[in-house]
Amino acid sequence: MQSFVPVAAEVVEKRREAPKIWTLRLRLKDDARRRRFQFRPGQFNMVYDFGVGEVPISIVSDPADPELLDHTIRVVGAVTHRLCERDRGDVIGLRGPYGSWWPLEEARGKDVVIVTGGLGCAPVVAAINYVMARREAYGALKIFHGIKTPGDLLYRERFKAWREAPNTEVYLTVDRPDRRWKDHVGLVTALFGQARLDPDRSVVMMCGPEVMMRFAVRELVERGIAADRIYLSLERNMKCAVGFCGHCQYGPLFICKDGPVLRYDRISRWFDIREL
Amino acid sequence: MKVIDRHALDLLFAALVRRGYRPVGPTVRDGAIIYDAIRTTADLPVGWTDEQEGGVYRLKRRNDDALFGYVVGPQSWKRFLHPPARRLWRAEREGRAVRFIPEEESDAEKDAPKFAFIGVRACELHAMAVQDKVFLEGAQVDASYRARRKNAFIVAVNCGQAGNTCFCVSMKTGPKATAGFDLALTEVLEGGRHYFVVEEGSAEGSALLLDVESRPADDAEAETVNRIVAKTADQMGRTMETAGLKELLYQHYDHPRWDDVAKRCLTCGNCTMVCPTCFCTTVEEVTDLSGEHAERWQKWDSCFTTDFSYIHGGSVRSSPKARYRQWLTHKLATWQDQFGSSGCVGCGRCITWCPVAIDITEEVKAIRESEKQGAGSQRQGK
Repeated sequence: MQSFVPVAAEVVEKRREAPKIWTLRLRLKDDARRRRFQFRPGQFNMVYDFGVGEVPISIVSDPADPELLDHTIRVVGAVTHRLCERDRGDVIGLRGPYGSWWPLEEARGKDVVIVTGGLGCAPVVAAINYVMARREAYGALKIFHGIKTPGDLLYRERFKAWREAPNTEVYLTVDRPDRRWKDHVGLVTALFGQARLDPDRSVVMMCGPEVMMRFAVRELVERGIAADRIYLSLERNMKCAVGFCGHCQYGPLFICKDGPVLRYDRISRWFDIREL
Repeated sequence: MKVIDRHALDLLFAALVRRGYRPVGPTVRDGAIIYDAIRTTADLPVGWTDEQEGGVYRLKRRNDDALFGYVVGPQSWKRFLHPPARRLWRAEREGRAVRFIPEEESDAEKDAPKFAFIGVRACELHAMAVQDKVFLEGAQVDASYRARRKNAFIVAVNCGQAGNTCFCVSMKTGPKATAGFDLALTEVLEGGRHYFVVEEGSAEGSALLLDVESRPADDAEAETVNRIVAKTADQMGRTMETAGLKELLYQHYDHPRWDDVAKRCLTCGNCTMVCPTCFCTTVEEVTDLSGEHAERWQKWDSCFTTDFSYIHGGSVRSSPKARYRQWLTHKLATWQDQFGSSGCVGCGRCITWCPVAIDITEEVKAIRESEKQGAGSQRQGK
């Protein structure tokens, strides 16, 4: 794909996930480009809306079907607002895929530990979906999700479905519960003990607010998980997605091309520096 | 090495034009020496020099008619190779469909402008090499930059004097042009003569020189080049100790000096605009009233704005301290991990054009001194 120039993509399906969160299923209009397109979970596309602009959005659908590309988009600004107004048959722009991916090949046969927080995190949904579709290839799947209040729990149905899947554990926790909340209360880090994580079998994939990830990484390392078994998906401002615009720098790394998925031991030096 | 007389330089410009080049060189405008289209040597800053200090730039008359008797101005050649604004592509809406139209014409070598850069300094040649690493030597290549760069003819000029804010000797980027040029000139005004010693750097440079009356340099003339360059090297207004600089900065993300400089920094971004290696850009969406056409424009951007690091919810680098730290550590430290060289070529522009005279060499020195005294802040990282 020529750098910077998007290709036309049609919205073939639109699904509401939660208030202000939609999943757009996109299909490239050009046959040759569509057949050539391949991606891995954790990578992202630059998604463009005519006359408004472009934003990086993680691909959450299965790489086995790269002709249909699901993008879960939360309305946070002008571009995402407009994208979420799009409907079936509308044409937008897309270029990608960009960036690094989750270590789902390396994790085969091992336990997959997912840690997320805040208002849903599309990059880990891609990893969860991938494991769910190949359940027998992996050991236990342990999903930790921390939020402020029960009202912040998005994907309620999905968590329910994951919880009922074989060899899968879901740990939900809130800072401030209401009367109906039946899951845990407190920080997500407090749940790692209950889940009996096996350091020799676990590969951790994490995405969420950086403050949450700092605490979670610290706790996991203390529990014996090796730094090179912990992967994080980071987010930064991005304009070009190919390492030219400079916006996504994270110390010596460019989140667009070195990330967004980064192995913890490779960024530990930078991880605790504020406003890096 | 060859020698050409001063008047032969006009013939050289004419020869470049005959070969389809657009000569761009130094010229006096609005009280500064800038780079723009030139036709003859009369357009050059004849008899002018520049006085520079932190936050100070003044043109002054020389007591001779030197053509290149100044140091560097506020602009660099990046404005021609990596323009301040360029259209990336256009889009047209046709009903519900959208058609994307790439800027193929300008990205192709045959359609890109053929610039002849006149008077490129050694530090500026190094700055081009630094931007080459960014735009040409990674996994992705910037086609527009590549086309302009390949097309350019470069006439370097060895510096006959250093500015008060210069430190190319510390950065090992000057004052002599050693590579990356087609022709390199040394201007000599001695004993009533005014001539140029010419070094050929490419076959095209040699071919061009055949269009101009020249003769081989004698030993004395060749030696003059070394003498002039050595004198310039001794005049450096600034120095920067570069040994272990990357690790020094990596270990001092929490140094109190960042708070100190943040109190002075206006976060205006001047340093990033005048820097010959700063490459950051943003994009703008431009539409018309019909709603049928949209254009995507790339524009220079600066890491000193809060928008630069904005992600929903706020800016990652909201404090001036974090933004200055990002600029300096990128230029001198992280750049080395990203591209295998320093991002600083010691041209001194960021010092001269800082409205409050913040001096990159002084900021580094302050951190290094505290390290030497063992009074540095606690170490970062594990």
